[in-house]
Amino acid sequence: MSAKRLLGLLLVPFALLLGGCHKLVLLHPEGHVAQQQSDIMISTTIIIALIIVPVLIAIGVVAWRYRASNKNARYDPKWDHSSQLELLVWAGPLLIIIAVGAVSWIGTHKTDPYRELDHTELGHAADAVVKPLKVEVVSLRWKWLFFYPQYGIATVNELAAPVNRPIKFHLTSSDMMDAFFVPDLAGMIYTMPGMQTQLHAAIDKPGKYKGLSSNFSGDGFSHMHFWFYGMTKKDFGKWVAKVRAKGTDLTTGAYLKLAKDSIDEPVHYYNSYASGLYTRILNQCVVPGQVCISHHMMHSAKAPNYWQGDHSGEETAGETAASDASTSAAAPAAH
Amino acid sequence: MNTTVANTVPTAPTDFYCVQEPPAHNGTLVGFWIYLMSDCFIFASLFVSYAVLGTNYAGGPTGAEILDLNGLAVSTALLLVSSVVFGFAMLAMQKRNKGAMLGWLAVAGILAAVFLSLEVREFLHMIAEGAGPDRSAFLSAFFTLVGTHGLHVTVGCLWLIVLMVQLARFGINDANVRRLQCLSMFWHFLDLIWVGVFSYVYLVGVLL
Amino acid sequence: MPNRSEIWNFLFGRLTLDSFPFLHNNLEGYIVLAVFIPVCLGGIALLAAITKYKKWGYLWHEWFTSVDHKKLGIMYMILATVMLLRGFSDAIMMRSQQAISFGPNTGYLPPEHYDQIFTAHGSIMIFFVGMAYIVGLMNYIMPLQIGSRDVAFPFLNNLSFWFTFWGAITFMISLFVGKFSTAGWLGYPPISELTHSPGVGVDYYIWGLQLSGIGTLLTGINFVVTIIKMRAPGMSLMKMPMFSWTTLVTSGLIIVTFPILTATLLLLSVDRYLGMHFFTAAMGGNLMLYINLIWVWGHPEVYILVLPLFGVFSEIVPVFSRKPLFGYASMVYASVAIMVLSYLVWLHHFFTMGSGSAVNSFFSLTTMIISIPTGAKIFNWLFTMYKGRVEMTVPMLWTMGFLFTFTIGGMTGVMLSVAPADFLLHNSLFLIAHFHNVIIGGVVFGIFAGVNFWFPKAFGYKLDEFWGKLSFWGWQIGFWVAFGPLYVLGLMGVTRRKSHFDDMSLQIWFIIAAIGSAIIAFGILAFIIQLVISYKRRKEYAVGNDPWDARTLEWATSSPPPAYNFAFVPNVRERDAWMDMKENGYKRPLTGFNPIHMPKNTASGLVITTLCFLCTFALTWLIWWLAVVSFVGVIVASIHHTFNYHREEHIPADEVHESENDPDNWALENQSVSA
Repeated sequence: MSAKRLLGLLLVPFALLLGGCHKLVLLHPEGHVAQQQSDIMISTTIIIALIIVPVLIAIGVVAWRYRASNKNARYDPKWDHSSQLELLVWAGPLLIIIAVGAVSWIGTHKTDPYRELDHTELGHAADAVVKPLKVEVVSLRWKWLFFYPQYGIATVNELAAPVNRPIKFHLTSSDMMDAFFVPDLAGMIYTMPGMQTQLHAAIDKPGKYKGLSSNFSGDGFSHMHFWFYGMTKKDFGKWVAKVRAKGTDLTTGAYLKLAKDSIDEPVHYYNSYASGLYTRILNQCVVPGQVCISHHMMHSAKAPNYWQGDHSGEETAGETAASDASTSAAAPAAH
Repeated sequence: MNTTVANTVPTAPTDFYCVQEPPAHNGTLVGFWIYLMSDCFIFASLFVSYAVLGTNYAGGPTGAEILDLNGLAVSTALLLVSSVVFGFAMLAMQKRNKGAMLGWLAVAGILAAVFLSLEVREFLHMIAEGAGPDRSAFLSAFFTLVGTHGLHVTVGCLWLIVLMVQLARFGINDANVRRLQCLSMFWHFLDLIWVGVFSYVYLVGVLL
Repeated sequence: MPNRSEIWNFLFGRLTLDSFPFLHNNLEGYIVLAVFIPVCLGGIALLAAITKYKKWGYLWHEWFTSVDHKKLGIMYMILATVMLLRGFSDAIMMRSQQAISFGPNTGYLPPEHYDQIFTAHGSIMIFFVGMAYIVGLMNYIMPLQIGSRDVAFPFLNNLSFWFTFWGAITFMISLFVGKFSTAGWLGYPPISELTHSPGVGVDYYIWGLQLSGIGTLLTGINFVVTIIKMRAPGMSLMKMPMFSWTTLVTSGLIIVTFPILTATLLLLSVDRYLGMHFFTAAMGGNLMLYINLIWVWGHPEVYILVLPLFGVFSEIVPVFSRKPLFGYASMVYASVAIMVLSYLVWLHHFFTMGSGSAVNSFFSLTTMIISIPTGAKIFNWLFTMYKGRVEMTVPMLWTMGFLFTFTIGGMTGVMLSVAPADFLLHNSLFLIAHFHNVIIGGVVFGIFAGVNFWFPKAFGYKLDEFWGKLSFWGWQIGFWVAFGPLYVLGLMGVTRRKSHFDDMSLQIWFIIAAIGSAIIAFGILAFIIQLVISYKRRKEYAVGNDPWDARTLEWATSSPPPAYNFAFVPNVRERDAWMDMKENGYKRPLTGFNPIHMPKNTASGLVITTLCFLCTFALTWLIWWLAVVSFVGVIVASIHHTFNYHREEHIPADEVHESENDPDNWALENQSVSA
């Protein structure tokens, strides 16, 4: 933690001017995954600073020492090459990048939003039974819809989870590209129409945390936020009961009404929802009569994904990435 | 890296500049070749789009259902022969045989025009069947890729006509030779792209 | 929408009186009106002045139809400066909106208007400020540096300029006729799709970029061929000045990336115009296709912007350190490495789309690897100063500012390249601060360094030092005051592109940032004052052909250079060719001249591009008759141009003789102003 404080000082010296006025949440978040990501960010920054700070000092020192008016400094008007220095010039940044790259490589795998959290990571006994909380997230213009399939409830613009329990998010969007972001909980992830992404996270402390869309989506974007509540197990039970008691039924009709553009939508509770609603949203076929995009692929059984074999040229990775996303649309439950 | 002329050699003032104007290098062919390479990237983007969207039929027809391989064989043959014929025109140009050159060019142009008319017919047929570019992402990608190639061929035909007029009027001069060489590259380039379209869109789309 | 007669629809498409925002009786209308009136008055005054002083002929013959790379370079610079003012006004509006729009106060810009402003700011700053400045610099300097008389395709050069110009006009017109896009500077679908943006904004955006994109692509091809074919005898590639090298590398990148932009925008436009489904999920489209493609262009684009400025610094540092560039070969390799690598990193713009850890770690690594050649460059500049005699002239001051600012920007860049950190920082104000840190610190500082450095070459007098220094400090201090708070806000988890905030405790940071933008405004003002004062004192500030005691060939000819650049084509023996000439007894020849071939001016470029612009304007407003007519016009004008076989003329040897012996041109020959 002291390294973090140190970095806080290094990065933003004048943050202390208003110390405590507002939290630099990304430097000390409260979620298991966000903490790891933050630690990686800080440690890599320190590694980079190992070369950046000396370079910044050297620039100043050299420019001052060899200023034109300083006739004491050595002047070598023909000197333009030195193999040793050239080696240093390339090897210095290379070494730093090897170090940062190693941290990044490991960290990218460790904090991959698709990686399931093991409850032992969160300090539970190995033989304890802690099933992840499943949440299905839909971004609408301009609000958030959360399904809790294990509880058969749904909410709008309010999300809750018990502390220390792994949360498994499946995310999609009705027709806009948004990003689901609770800075305290975990890094953001896009929600995209017709595609599904995943996020695994857990919150460490009870509390009220800000959640928002971090990808621009038009007029109501500034107001597209929600509160995320970390709760004790007991409080979470009460909260579920409250949703059930106060909630109404989210029928297909109610959903289509909800899906219309609205800004600053208040919190809604639903004690039940139309069956398969999330899957139909994902497959772009909520409106009766629409062809589900999972059916787009109905011919693809006899047409293998030949294009994925063509891995040449610069577009390859983009191609793979894009087809990844469409694959997940075809088989939303595959992950 | 000290590969420079030693400074100690005494120099005459004229060592520093060319007393006579050095010969001019015309960069048109290199430039046009680079342009074609950049055009490759447009087609590459369209191929990638087709690769990504090529089986997203949205409940609409698949490639196997709508693409006609027989007609395609004719189109492909037309375009390939047109390229060969253009080669004959270039040979005639090198021999400064204006009549033969114009004749071959006309044949190449007619073959390309027939190719285009077949393509337009195929497009109109598909649209009439309800398989237009707005039917599904697959069809959007198909029409855009094939259509962009077709547009290039159209431009090539127009260019060919203009150049034939210029060759007829001003003869086989340096500028016209250069232009014809560029058009020749363009012509063969479009053939090459067509081979890609043919094998990737039609053959793979229909046979697999 | 009011009912309009069929004839109106036919004549004007969807254009109505309602399309003119300055006629609207609301706040936005007044804001636009407040801009419109001075623009109109200024425009009328300008036109009147040109008419009064009978300058139309001069402008037409000497500038608009000119194919001289030097004049085109200057026109690019003027265009870029005007667009800088526009883009910066957008920035000021954004900063002031965000500074006041807290809690109950919604500020003075509704989201719809605010979104147009940030979209315009981003695209203008990249395409019509950054690109126009670097293309202008490359245009002016590169042919002189390689000892050439012009570029390989002078007509194409003129055509490119006018394409860029009309692209900029398309963006400017959207201010007064209709609306601009609200979809962000890269126009991501689905928000740029017809369902979410049915108006003309995205169409303006698409056509503006298509026009300028074609211009840029042609420029890229032109420069590569120029460098391949037209270097002076003896100038092998490894003797070529660094700025020309970076021009080559940048042009190469332009050639392999701009077609992808063209194709991507084409896909978006067929979605919008022909109802296709490239990016609409419900019919099988995939918006990530757009995002991948646009970044395959977009990431190299930032290197296209910054590489020529690396070249500028590589010219300035040796001149003012009075030493050759340290590690020339490694600089060349570094530039080429950056060119290749910049093509392999685009996915780092969307680590958060969930492409999996294998893909993310690959792109994270490639991104970091770019910092190795970039770091090597920083070290090489440092070692160039080492054991030198460093003079803090204005260009060198900008270079020092660059070294500090850009290095820190590089550090935050490596932070963002670490995928886990990017999951937290993506789309945040930290990201905004980072890329302004490298683009202002690298590109803008480089442009000002280059302008101050080469201005005496182009005009024969140098720029005022006092105001130059004020401008530098305005930018340097203003930058940190404006973007320091954004770094902090980013770490607080604050997202970009918001027009309103609920959390009052954030406001102070935005107020500081707004003050910073005011300081930058002072820096820009000081730059304009610097230009005006220098012009007024041009007699006093007049300098010779080589005021900085510089090293490369552009300083071997008069300032400003004659149309033919060099009376005799230089014969290059060493890397720093002009230094070699000066040190080894070169005497400027005064007799024995040959006639010189030069390209003739032509109006074709202006005519063709004007028709293109009309066509795209008609397509934006769905005025079909005009689209068809102007499209046919483009084809006819192009064919007409190809019937012109007499594109060159001779400058007779007598005329060259006269010019080379004219005391006015060479009054202060070789007089250096530096100590």
